[in-house]
Amino acid sequence: MTSDLQPARPAPSRLDLFLGFGKLGLMGFGGVLPFARRELVETRGWLSAAEFADLLGLCQFLPGGNIANLSIAVGYRFYGISGAASAICGLLLAPAIIVFMIGEVYDRFRDLPVTRHMFAGIAAGAGGLLLALAFKIAEPLRKDLRGLLVLALVFGTIGVLHWPLLPLLFILLAVSLVLNGGTRR
Amino acid sequence: MTSPGLIDIAENFAELSLLAFGGGNALLPELHARLSERLHWLSSTDFAALFALAQAAPGPNIMVVPLIGKHVAGLGGFIVALVAFFLPSSVLLLLSMTIWERFRDSPWSARLRRALLPVTAGLVASGAMSIVVSADRNLFYVAITALSFVTIRFSRLHPLAVLAAGGVLGIAGLWWSA
Repeated sequence: MTSDLQPARPAPSRLDLFLGFGKLGLMGFGGVLPFARRELVETRGWLSAAEFADLLGLCQFLPGGNIANLSIAVGYRFYGISGAASAICGLLLAPAIIVFMIGEVYDRFRDLPVTRHMFAGIAAGAGGLLLALAFKIAEPLRKDLRGLLVLALVFGTIGVLHWPLLPLLFILLAVSLVLNGGTRR
Repeated sequence: MTSPGLIDIAENFAELSLLAFGGGNALLPELHARLSERLHWLSSTDFAALFALAQAAPGPNIMVVPLIGKHVAGLGGFIVALVAFFLPSSVLLLLSMTIWERFRDSPWSARLRRALLPVTAGLVASGAMSIVVSADRNLFYVAITALSFVTIRFSRLHPLAVLAAGGVLGIAGLWWSA
């Protein structure tokens, strides 16, 4: 037999999809995507590196959480709708239970002075995390005046003036497409 | 604050689902502006705290959506928010998968992605702004935010450790301000 570059691996069952994405959901803190690549491509071999990049491209393109979209796309490739349902239910089940319990704790203790200050401190810390994330995402635009102009426009209308995202999003995307969509190297 | 019915919750989160270009963090400013400022479902303080708690939990950070559903309408709100938020974008994705085969290699795909990047960056910056403004009620909390930003930007400390430190400092602030 001729040897393939990649060893053939058995396709995952629906239960494998459920459990595999369940593991991703529980690992997922502060960016699931690097984990997702390692799990899906290297550890489990469900996708080749090129397939992963292609599906991720689609998922980042459409509305919805990237990792939730990815679970749907991967599940659908193997078993259609039922595969997609297995994968996203696996991804969300454990985090949903955990977040529900956290909500229960919050609603019960939010009025106590100690916990109120603790939650406020965590929220202030999360503000710092998000600021750092915004800087990281904007990094490739550092020397890109037209990109920065769009960023400033979005920040001014949505971040400062709090205008509604619908229909503004589509106007801003159109402006960005005109300014940044040209063929550049 | 007004408490929404389950239909209000379903309608709003289904619409938000289809507006979530650039993922969960890019949706944050609209979540806050819509739910706290326009609909008055929850205070900005509660919004910022619930967002931070969803960040501290494992799982996609957009799990703040069902958490808000629970806060405003209990278990029913939790389930309705979860389904209403994840279903529409999932159906759209499934419908797009066949079109994508033909679209991915067209020049428009690369153009749209280039156009989306600065918009996403602006939306995440706006989300950061709404959390910071909601959370930083006085100089003490501004200092926590600044410390958190500098730590994440210039060290490799785990984000969870930074959030935990924020909680501890917050409690310490209780005595500091007393």
